[in-house]
Amino acid sequence: MTELEKHSYDVVVIGAGGAGLRAAIEARLAGKKTAIISKSLFGKAHTVMAEGGAAAAMGNVNSKDNWMVHFRDTMRGGKFLNNFRMAELHAKEAPDRVWELETYGALFDRTPDGRISQRNFGGHEYPRLAHVGDRTGLELIRTLQQKIVSLQQEDGGDDRLRVFAECTVTDLLLDGSRIAGAVGYYRETGEFVLFETPAIVLATGGVGKSYKVTSNSWEYTGDGHALALRAGATLINMEFLQFHPTGMVWPPSVKGILVTESVRGDGGVLKNSDGKRFMFDYVPDVFRKQYAETEEEADRWYTDPDNNRRPPELLPRDEVARAINAEVKAGRGTPAGGVYLDIASRRPAEYILKRLPSMYHQFKELADVDITEAPMEIGPTCHYVMGGVEVDPDTAAAGGTVEGLFAAGEVSGGMHGSNRLGGNSLSDLLVFGKRAGEYAALYVDRLGSRPAAPAAAVDAAVEAALAPLVRENGENPFDVWSDLQQVMQDLVGIIRRKSELEESLKLLVDLKERIGKVSAPGGRRFNPGWHLAIDLRNMVLVSECTARAALEREESRGGHTREDFPQMDAKWRQVNLVCSVGQAGEVELVRKPVPTIRPELLALFELSELKKYMTDEELAMLGDASAESTGRPGQPAKDGE
Amino acid sequence: MGSVRKFRVWRGDAAGGRLEDFSVEVNEGEVVLDIIHRLQATQAPDLAVRWNCKAGKCGSCSMEINGKPGLGCMTRMSVFADGETVTVTPLRTFPVIRDLVTDVSFNYVKAREMPAFAPPADLKPGEYRMKQVDVERSQEFRKCIECFLCQNTCHVIRDHDDNKPAFAGPRFFIRAAELDMHPLDARGDRKETAVDEQGLGYCNITKCCTEVCPEHIKITDNAIIPLKERVVDRRYDPLVWLGSKIFRRTA
Ligand SMILES: Cc1cc2nc3c(=O)[nH]c(=O)nc-3n(C[C@H](O)[C@H](O)[C@H](O)COP(=O)(O)OP(=O)(O)OC[C@H]3O[C@@H](n4cnc5c(N)ncnc54)[C@H](O)[C@@H]3O)c2cc1C
Ligand code: SF4
Ligand code: SF4
Ligand code: FES
Repeated sequence: MTELEKHSYDVVVIGAGGAGLRAAIEARLAGKKTAIISKSLFGKAHTVMAEGGAAAAMGNVNSKDNWMVHFRDTMRGGKFLNNFRMAELHAKEAPDRVWELETYGALFDRTPDGRISQRNFGGHEYPRLAHVGDRTGLELIRTLQQKIVSLQQEDGGDDRLRVFAECTVTDLLLDGSRIAGAVGYYRETGEFVLFETPAIVLATGGVGKSYKVTSNSWEYTGDGHALALRAGATLINMEFLQFHPTGMVWPPSVKGILVTESVRGDGGVLKNSDGKRFMFDYVPDVFRKQYAETEEEADRWYTDPDNNRRPPELLPRDEVARAINAEVKAGRGTPAGGVYLDIASRRPAEYILKRLPSMYHQFKELADVDITEAPMEIGPTCHYVMGGVEVDPDTAAAGGTVEGLFAAGEVSGGMHGSNRLGGNSLSDLLVFGKRAGEYAALYVDRLGSRPAAPAAAVDAAVEAALAPLVRENGENPFDVWSDLQQVMQDLVGIIRRKSELEESLKLLVDLKERIGKVSAPGGRRFNPGWHLAIDLRNMVLVSECTARAALEREESRGGHTREDFPQMDAKWRQVNLVCSVGQAGEVELVRKPVPTIRPELLALFELSELKKYMTDEELAMLGDASAESTGRPGQPAKDGE
Repeated sequence: MGSVRKFRVWRGDAAGGRLEDFSVEVNEGEVVLDIIHRLQATQAPDLAVRWNCKAGKCGSCSMEINGKPGLGCMTRMSVFADGETVTVTPLRTFPVIRDLVTDVSFNYVKAREMPAFAPPADLKPGEYRMKQVDVERSQEFRKCIECFLCQNTCHVIRDHDDNKPAFAGPRFFIRAAELDMHPLDARGDRKETAVDEQGLGYCNITKCCTEVCPEHIKITDNAIIPLKERVVDRRYDPLVWLGSKIFRRTA
């Protein structure tokens, strides 16, 4: 076996964002010797970027809020494709997870009576997001980071809980079907390291870096998704990606950076290059009743929401993103390929400065645009992946053939269905991070014999990772990456169609081959070209899952829009698309039924609402079931109330 | 729109290095980190640099630009004159790993030496009650993105490696102040710790740390000075005197 640094742990957590840190704390509290591995420095994970807040039905601002309302909002947001049990656990446990952070030292913004303040957000019926100004993610990361330090202080060192920063895991090791360890390399030195462990928690975040325009950081190369697949786990619903409608598009330096939804909430409107306020042309039939038809009515809504309907700029994220996309495609975009978001001509400068200080600052510093005088250029940006590792809702254990693998946070799938509500990610990290740590520890307790990492697999992992370094005259990995991003952006982007998806799959095959041949000269020491070469292997595999699933799902729902199948289809609500990797590394896709929602949870919804999502057969069965369990009339209502 | 500009980037490692000259395309609206990325993509794929968010939120991309410590992702190219050569070097206070990447582990060691938040024994989760006005002072310090630019700039360690063991640095003085001002922290000895264990006495309030902080945290005025003042309240003056004496000896 290759000579390399070796460590032995009970539980290894890959990822130091909210999910990973919370998992590690729990595993350590359960008495397990725990390691945290992270591609970047401790405290820098992507979670740091979250702004708005963490959703938890504490009821501090509106006492009518409770877990049932939160559950309902989450299921609606996900268009009922969510794993209902995850949504249930999430809604029930989020308040405890947020309160716990205060005992670690977090300082959330307060209500007048001294409790944690909560703010309104899209899709949440009541003010629900615990927050610290617009830097909630930073507070979350720092709090968990400091809790880990405090545990290390209790232990008098880091023997029981250690952070391996700037260390990238490239392969998981199996003993039969059981997790036996992980191989990684230190970015600083390029030296390899072996972690022997029976239990691994994946908390590696998302996939956005496969797209040209994204709000995500370089870490989001889908490593955890790919590691899981190669270890025999399964991914679900990879077709669902959230494109946030308003990302910056100009200047190039900031393309993709998020522009908060509040700009529109506070009066900003979308205009095309003809100066037309185009959203009125894009109100879908299902929403027609709730949205204004004229600019006059829309403008009156801001001051008199009871007697006027909402401006169409405030349609759900997916609708607005699609409309912007269509305008640009029709040639009515800005020079940089976006549309205008104009608040300057609609609100006085003082108002803008007071309501949107951070946006003012962001545009001033990064774009040299004064948003009190000029419109912003914006366009959709790839923001969040709803799909991910298929997990058991209670234990976070990965599905498929592997044992000892757990997943939490953005890398896991199911919780958010086809579309995530703002604020539900940070709470998801805490709830399922804790569960993953807890059940990984329990798995280790129940383990008979400790699995052993086969030497040959370690050698193979090291050899595969080193290949781009020793290969000569191959392509520059940055060029291949750029091409991959273009394929995903153009062909598997926000609006999808059969021919383009088929085309993307062909191109991905070529890209896979090219990725196998890249060279990264410059030695092992902190060599970004080499790091990228390794990440590319994961990006292309996960991209293929997204393209395959997007081609398969012949409907439009949440974060998946098919131009050739523009409607939501109740039959497809019953289907999860599940990807695995076969012997030869090929992606296999199967359909699996979505778990049936328990009757007492379904009873939280009006029948008229369920009718929008469910098939006639389901509704008929539901009628029978609910007649028994909840005493609701045995027949579904005849038409929508 | 694009123009070709001159860049000088420090390349090398612990064993030594040199400034390397590049001519590189610069487009309107770009920041220094964009140019470093363009160099990676087109001329030097192994050029080492840290970054994560590219939005001034993670504090990874700290570097020295024309000798001035700053974030690469928040330094716009338009602040430089057209013909001006832009020189980019790694943080000086920390050992170089490669190119623009330095070994900042000093800061993590200091973080581990800092006594953690002590939760009040009599309150259960969910029972914490604090007024917004009372948390705001500590919240200012919790805006810190741990870019370590203040640590890099502070002359106590910038040119005096031998002070490092005894001096935690401004980033951890604001942590001490944050906990000191936390309405529910159960420890009452934050200031004493700052003096006895963090080396607060070395600081002679030059305010250089405050000037480089990208989060505009008033490190000196709002953290260091109040910490020092409160120590005066509680302690005998001779210790403050001793603190400034130590500083004079080492400066
Ligand atoms: C601009 C922006 C604003 C947002 N605002 C909100 C908000 O207000 N509310 C909300 O709920 N959500 C928000 N989100 C979404 C939310 O921030 C993320 O979904 C969430 O932080 C993901 O956390 P995580 O713990 O799953 O992973 P991350 O925090 O992304 O951490 C991933 C970790 O895995 C590590 N890693 C990855 N691959 C490897 C590997 N191969 N080896 C070793 N380590 C690896 C990384 O280094 C990192 O430490 C926002 C997202 C963005 C982009
Ligand atoms: S004020 Fe104190 S901590 Fe800040 S740079 Fe000056 S000496 Fe260092
Ligand atoms: S206090 Fe300011 S300069 Fe110092 S590490 Fe924090 S953000 Fe950076
Ligand atoms: S990359 Fe995050 S602060 Fe510059």
